[in-house]
Amino acid sequence: MVRLEDITLHYGTGEAPALDAVSCALEAGSFTWLTGASGAGKSSLLKLLHLAARPTAGRLFVLGQAVHAARRRDLPGLRRRIGIVFQDVRLLPHLDVLDNVALPLRIAGRREAQLLADAKEMLDWVGLGHRLHDRPEALSGGEQQRVALARAVVARPALLLADEPTAQLDDDQAHRVIALLRQMHRLGSTVIVASHNIALLGEYPAPVLHLAAGRLVDAHEEP
Amino acid sequence: MKSRDPLGLRRALADRLLPMLVAAMALLGSLALGGALAAAGLSARWEGGAAAAIMVQVPPGTDAAGAARRLAALPGVAEATAIDRARMGDLLRPWLGNTESLPLPALVELRLMALDGAEDLAARVQATLPGATVESHGIWVARLLALAGALQRAAWAVLALVVLVAGMMIVVATRAGLAARRGTIAILHDMGATDGMIAGRFAARLAWLSGFGAAIGAGAAAPVLMLLGGMAAPLVGAAAAPPWIGLSVMPPAAALIAWATAQLTVRQWLRSLP
Ligand SMILES: Nc1ncnc2c1ncn2[C@@H]1O[C@H](COP(=O)(O)OP(=O)(O)OP(=O)(O)O)[C@@H](O)[C@H]1O
Ligand SMILES: [Mg+2]
Repeated sequence: MVRLEDITLHYGTGEAPALDAVSCALEAGSFTWLTGASGAGKSSLLKLLHLAARPTAGRLFVLGQAVHAARRRDLPGLRRRIGIVFQDVRLLPHLDVLDNVALPLRIAGRREAQLLADAKEMLDWVGLGHRLHDRPEALSGGEQQRVALARAVVARPALLLADEPTAQLDDDQAHRVIALLRQMHRLGSTVIVASHNIALLGEYPAPVLHLAAGRLVDAHEEP
Repeated sequence: MKSRDPLGLRRALADRLLPMLVAAMALLGSLALGGALAAAGLSARWEGGAAAAIMVQVPPGTDAAGAARRLAALPGVAEATAIDRARMGDLLRPWLGNTESLPLPALVELRLMALDGAEDLAARVQATLPGATVESHGIWVARLLALAGALQRAAWAVLALVVLVAGMMIVVATRAGLAARRGTIAILHDMGATDGMIAGRFAARLAWLSGFGAAIGAGAAAPVLMLLGGMAAPLVGAAAAPPWIGLSVMPPAAALIAWATAQLTVRQWLRSLP
């Protein structure tokens, strides 16, 4: 499903790599926590997995495709099967909440009538069914994060990536979002959630990938 | 993606700036086109007028019709017409009033095959009809024509420059409109939109805005050109109609420039993404 073999990612030349010889394999339908200190490389790893960057070195397989060797024109189709909640949310400011959530369905060419119903259902699911026609800027940070979650899952992605999806939420909302991610997992998606909030990890026992300075480490090695 | 505005571009792109700039450029282009065509028309008219411009004053006592027949046989002369008294009276009336009692010279009007021979012709006319005088204004008209030609070339050069600047303005305005949407383009890309899909959407939207602006500009130019054409009518004969074909080409041309710019710019940005 997802396999990394000696993956290295360099943003610029000279500096230390953001990811350094990372190897791991995640099975289809698994739920995985990704943790580590700020700057450890969590977002960088997710960036590779949703094909927003290519590894500098190493072999990367996502949804069964060899991304390191894929042709550029094969990537959009693969990206449509991946949902992501960005750490910095990245909603489109000029679209209302409903259109933001409908966007992946429109990109996938779904029928208009059906996709609006699906998008509304997703917004109900994250508890924002009453804010369909607000612009993102009119929402709180936590509400925006839930819209981003709805957008990430609306096309029923095979791989769901969430980067600090609870960063701006209070405890109640954080629990709710984790429950939604678990539900996606139960529905069959492979889910990877990055968070530096160790307490959150206890919410849902699952395998943990621990990054430190761009390397995967055994959770106990870290001081 | 078949709703009216699936990616929300209607609100996303600088909706007023681009059409306004393009409208101003289309207005300038239309006026330059009108000016170039007017210069061309004027010089064509001068040329036509000059061909008829050589007047020969026949010596007193000579039969004008007979002189015309002999002059028509000269090399380089296309046509020679004796001017009868009634027509000369018409020609002179604005200056002299009633000319019936005036002693008027007999005149023959020569149309030349080419203007270049005008100076040699004077000598040949005098050899054929001793005592005849050749009016020299045809020679001046030849020089005037050279000026008209230069004027016309300058007008086309100005038109070409305005079209070039207008095209560049559309390119710059299109890129400015896109620059504000760079983040949106990256997000669409991350969500799996293909380059063709993204570039196509933006290009269609910008082409529409640009074409709309050009239609406004060219539309505003039409009454101005009609007014100027009317004012120039006494100088060039008939009121020149606005260059309808040129004006109607502007909106599709502006749309095409914006479309191509958007396609190139967006695809270039997207190629920097994996
Ligand atoms: N676009 C970029 N260009 C250059 N360096 C970058 C870029 N993005 C991240 N980095 C660097 O890569 C390293 C890993 O960053 P990354 O964002 O993956 O960390 P993170 O674990 O997500 O941290 P956080 O918990 O703060 O989000 C950091 O040293 C960071 O400065
Ligand atoms: Mg991060």
